[in-house]
Amino acid sequence: MEIFGFSIVHWLAATLVMGTPLVLAATGEVVVEKAGVLNLGVEGMMLMGAVTGVIVFLGIDSRVVGFVAAAGAGVAMSMLFAVLTQTFRANQVASGLALTIFGVGLSAFVGRPYEGAGIPSLPKVQIPFLSDLPIIGPVLFRQDPMVYVSLGLGLAVVWFMYRTRAGLVVRAVGESPESAHAMGYSVIGIRYAAIAFGGAMAGLGGAYMSLVEPHLWVENLVAGRGWIALALVVFASWRPGRVLLGAYLFGGITRLGYDLQALGAPIPTPLLASLPYLATIVVLVILSRDSVRLRLNRPAGLAKPFFAQA
Amino acid sequence: MSILPTLKKSLLAGLTALAVTATASAQDSFKVGFVYVSPIGDAGWTYQHDLARKHLEETFEGLETVYVENVPEGADAQRVIRQLASGGSDLIFTTSFGYMNPTLQVARQFPKVVFEHATGYKRADNVGTYMPRLYEGRYLAGMTAGLMTETNKLGFVGAFPIPEVIRAVNAFTRGARAVNPDVEVSVVWINAWYDPSKARAAAETLMDQGADVLTHHSDSHAVVQAAAERGKYAIAYHSDMAKYGKDYQLTAVVHKWDDYYEQVVREVMDGTWKSGNVWGGIDHGMVDLAPFGKAVPEEVREQVMAAREQIISGELHPFAGPVVDQSGTERVAEGETMSDEDMLKMDYYVEGITSRLPRS
Repeated sequence: MEIFGFSIVHWLAATLVMGTPLVLAATGEVVVEKAGVLNLGVEGMMLMGAVTGVIVFLGIDSRVVGFVAAAGAGVAMSMLFAVLTQTFRANQVASGLALTIFGVGLSAFVGRPYEGAGIPSLPKVQIPFLSDLPIIGPVLFRQDPMVYVSLGLGLAVVWFMYRTRAGLVVRAVGESPESAHAMGYSVIGIRYAAIAFGGAMAGLGGAYMSLVEPHLWVENLVAGRGWIALALVVFASWRPGRVLLGAYLFGGITRLGYDLQALGAPIPTPLLASLPYLATIVVLVILSRDSVRLRLNRPAGLAKPFFAQA
Repeated sequence: MSILPTLKKSLLAGLTALAVTATASAQDSFKVGFVYVSPIGDAGWTYQHDLARKHLEETFEGLETVYVENVPEGADAQRVIRQLASGGSDLIFTTSFGYMNPTLQVARQFPKVVFEHATGYKRADNVGTYMPRLYEGRYLAGMTAGLMTETNKLGFVGAFPIPEVIRAVNAFTRGARAVNPDVEVSVVWINAWYDPSKARAAAETLMDQGADVLTHHSDSHAVVQAAAERGKYAIAYHSDMAKYGKDYQLTAVVHKWDDYYEQVVREVMDGTWKSGNVWGGIDHGMVDLAPFGKAVPEEVREQVMAAREQIISGELHPFAGPVVDQSGTERVAEGETMSDEDMLKMDYYVEGITSRLPRS
């Protein structure tokens, strides 16, 4: 499928890859925010996940363990934030920013011996018959395993949040922590769990970059994707399904900009470079244009510290 | 192999810094300071400067060097440069564009110290500037790519469309078309000096559209690695990246500072150094090609190396007329050569480039 040398199949296939780190990080953050906590440390957690994944992978030559360790590093980072903001009720914005600054520096420091280390590429899956289908074969069934894992995790969160009792409890904690507390749920405990999940997902998102695409470690590899993930959550009006859509849209439009440039489209590159942001914002804002629903979707208890009252 | 070596290094660096302050008054040996904008790493702009620093230590007996890496451009830079100057450095190389004003400010306070600032345009009695004629290397890289391509489509991943990089794209294209008039070059700008993920995505895009030789003007080895994985050729930039490109790296356009730094040290030692601007090419040793990869056949090597000799002797100039831009307008007439001034403000693509130059 080519139009003027532009291959739609290549574009769609690359879209899934480019969206994946954002899917992981933003899906994690949407759970955190649904529980009423704003963690601005996504970038720092992603970087720590990325570097931990590389160190473990180079140590024991297993990508799976590398990803698990990356998730663990994300959790460890997020627990620093959780202790500060939940146990000691520190300001969430300041603590999150501090976490990012800390993660940027620490990952650069521990990662220095691994800069430029060779990390082999992760082969794409080959599913008999399905991978050979025209168009949807290369787009859907010839990706690396983490693309499926991240999509699965993203869909699982949609299901969890709106189809399970536990998801309802998480949302209750974010909407009205006092009510949840009165019902006998541990608001702080549930927020701790949500923050840990967000940390694990950010760690995985970072490790996707260091271990899969572009599979290398250099200082500040994540280069701002943690902030994009945070913005996606807001523009998706805290709906996990829209977060998924936004992440893939952002990845797809970024890649489309490169395609148009290479083809010689007479569009200024600064405009092309801002197109992913514009397109994602426009689409997600149109989807969530209903201001009443928007207010309903925004967790009422977001970023407010919870004081249990006997 | 974990934190320990780094810790040890940082401790050592700390001790060295202390030692520097302690011996500030003792002027027995010649001391050269270096300010680097990024970590030294194992490839890239800063790495090349550090190779030259080591070269100085090996060449001059008793010469001491001090360096500070990862110094942000701005207020921090001024503090670091002042520290080096007051620490007894006789000569200081500040190796990034953004150190221009900090260098000048510190230089005013230390008239006896000589400063050399890379890629800047402001000078003083004790501040000289130098920059590489990168386009000479790019032209040779273009020739190599033009001779090696099978699809006649080359891909260029650029950081920002500023004259320096546009000049590189144009020289690459002219080199390629000098040996293979059917070649077309596609350019993708990633609007970042440093974003390995974007660089890789841009490289994938170019390969998806049929480019079979890639080169880049951005930091990190992402483009070379992406090409090698798909069995396409790549020409690296800054440093020899053969270890990432394996046999698919045809060559690399590298910066070499050894000769120039050696010459400056000699002049400062003799007292013959004078402030000025050096725009040095292959003849100064500031730009060159890395050794050819296995895939490059002997005839291609000979043809490119012959052109290299012609560039050194001045017989061949990458922007000798006729230079025709993308729209067909003649920018330099036959028999003439583009002036340095015109090269420095280049803001158009030459013919043979399929992409459009972004206009703001």
